[in-house]
Amino acid sequence: MKKITVTMLVMLLTIAMLSACASKGNDGKGGESPSKGSTNAGAEKIYIPIISKGFQHQFWQAVKAGAEKAAKEFNVEITFEGPETESQVDKQIEMLQAALDKKPSALGFAALDSQASIPLLQKAKDAGIPVIAFDSGVDSDIPLATASTDNLAAAALAADKMAELIGGEGEIGMIVHDQTSVTGASRRDGFKKQIEDKYPNIKIVDIQYGGGDHLKSTDLAKAIIQAHPNVKGFFGANEGSAIGVINAVTELKKEGKIVVVGFDSGKQQIDAIKSGKMAGAITQNPVGIGYETVKAAVQAIRGEKVESVIDTGFYWYDKSNIDSDEIKAVIYE
Amino acid sequence: MKIQNDTGAVQTGGKRTMPIIKPGAMQQVLAFASLVILVLVFSFSSPNFFQFTNIVGILLSTAVIGVLALGSTFVIITGGIDLSVGTVMTLSAIMTGVFITYWELPVPLGIVGGIMTGAICGLLSGTIISKMKIPPFIATLAMMMIAKGLALVISGAKPIYFKEETGYSKLALDSAIGKFIPGFDIPNGVLIFFAAAIIGGIILSKTIVGRYNFALGSNEEATRLSGINVNYWKIVIYTITGTFTGLAGVLMASRLNSAHPSLGSGYELEAIAAVVLGGTSLSGGKGTIVGTVIGALIMSVLTNGLRILSVPQEWQTVVVGIVIVLAVYADILRRRKK
Repeated sequence: MKKITVTMLVMLLTIAMLSACASKGNDGKGGESPSKGSTNAGAEKIYIPIISKGFQHQFWQAVKAGAEKAAKEFNVEITFEGPETESQVDKQIEMLQAALDKKPSALGFAALDSQASIPLLQKAKDAGIPVIAFDSGVDSDIPLATASTDNLAAAALAADKMAELIGGEGEIGMIVHDQTSVTGASRRDGFKKQIEDKYPNIKIVDIQYGGGDHLKSTDLAKAIIQAHPNVKGFFGANEGSAIGVINAVTELKKEGKIVVVGFDSGKQQIDAIKSGKMAGAITQNPVGIGYETVKAAVQAIRGEKVESVIDTGFYWYDKSNIDSDEIKAVIYE
Repeated sequence: MKIQNDTGAVQTGGKRTMPIIKPGAMQQVLAFASLVILVLVFSFSSPNFFQFTNIVGILLSTAVIGVLALGSTFVIITGGIDLSVGTVMTLSAIMTGVFITYWELPVPLGIVGGIMTGAICGLLSGTIISKMKIPPFIATLAMMMIAKGLALVISGAKPIYFKEETGYSKLALDSAIGKFIPGFDIPNGVLIFFAAAIIGGIILSKTIVGRYNFALGSNEEATRLSGINVNYWKIVIYTITGTFTGLAGVLMASRLNSAHPSLGSGYELEAIAAVVLGGTSLSGGKGTIVGTVIGALIMSVLTNGLRILSVPQEWQTVVVGIVIVLAVYADILRRRKK
């Protein structure tokens, strides 16, 4: 009897999970499996693996969507994969190794650690495989092109907007995703430098790192607000950090009293901007990053000239322009 | 390993013979005293620490890890471990999202479904451990990976958002108490944590499950020889842990008003740290729910206090690590003296 109950429960769970997958059209990550078309359609189809810095965050999903768009347009086959967190340098190297073993026509790569990946990239270069860097780029001359956002400039724009919104003076706090990654460090530095250089009456009271974890960022932001009750503004340097700040402000019932500036998009940030909880945010162009990476790779394979720096741009968006076509094209839910 | 040292200490303390009586009352007093000292130190160091909103903030930030730690207490008392609580929590949160947002089930059903998800994972872990004789460390490590993968697959690696009109976020963030006593806005999440602690305490100290729990942890072989169905009770205990884990997932999803497939890794270690700080021995047979609650509070008071004092974050983690070593060492010293 006990066994039957156990078996029944296990089966129920399995069914519930399977139907949950099915109802969502099963768009889960297909690790290594090609995400475009079937492998046998045209044996000589160009294959471009894309090794990203992650895949779980909405940002990477948008990059993937852009890459897939380009793959369809240029009729090439791509795979898109990345490690679970942005600290798993070793896992990313393994993925890079595996991708090269498949003898691809070109390679798209966003390095977690430039130095660690150079030996493998050198191998790719020696084998005549063009490498296109994206997002944070690679510190070497091996990649033919880099498609990325200028994070320093983007964060500086966030600082300008913040200064404008709080009237050029007062205390502000910052939640950043981490201090070791290129995007975390350059957004922090870009924002901080701009405030220090241009707005002497604004004081950054604290910078804390929440790992992009929504819950941790919430508690961090709450503690900063507790410690500095006069904080007038708050900058969250990526999606998780920005949502954490929004949650903290909401939980402390300080909506409208603290100006929140975010980064990237996602449904919760979009909603917060529409409802006025968030003043505005900087968005990169993740779809553009993915698209340009694959496009540059195809051009390189065809022997065409490729721009060495592809600036995919960034935008400030707030309540006033969130519904404009220009912004709609670059934010994602 | 540390576990062996601990066993040695337990033996010299002669505690193994009396598992049914709640041991370690002294440890609780000590843990509570250190909590009070911490609060006092931080209160004197910063005027912003001992304020109603901050105390409520600390309690709320304890809720998720605290409920996880409550569940973990049960398996740790058996001398086992559950490494899967972090990601099973995530899976439970995702399933709650599937039930409420995708299937549009009523919120209470969704909550039950989320808690059940955790319970079923615990049941599976327990079954693997007792029927297939796979050590808890390995079995729950596997469950940790399975749950993590399933959470990603089911959600399509995308967060699931709860619609505003379902009012799901009220579960953790609204204040039922604040409606009766104006100004006393303790969020429901905190109340749920305390209610879970009371239920956990009753299960552990007043029921047969609790008694067998201690018996298993003190001497599994003797328990088996005295005619107790060890396998069955192990499964029950892992299921209890899973149930609490499911509740933690429901709470987390409610507080964030969304379920994120990428959260939750690493939370199991924080939960284990809270349990150990509360005086529960990793070698089993000894531990209390009150201790775990205090342990979880110490962890969050410490991190909150250090943040309020603007201690650089790199150093905060170092301090927490040192505190764990000191707390466990103090416990070992005390028992050695006896």
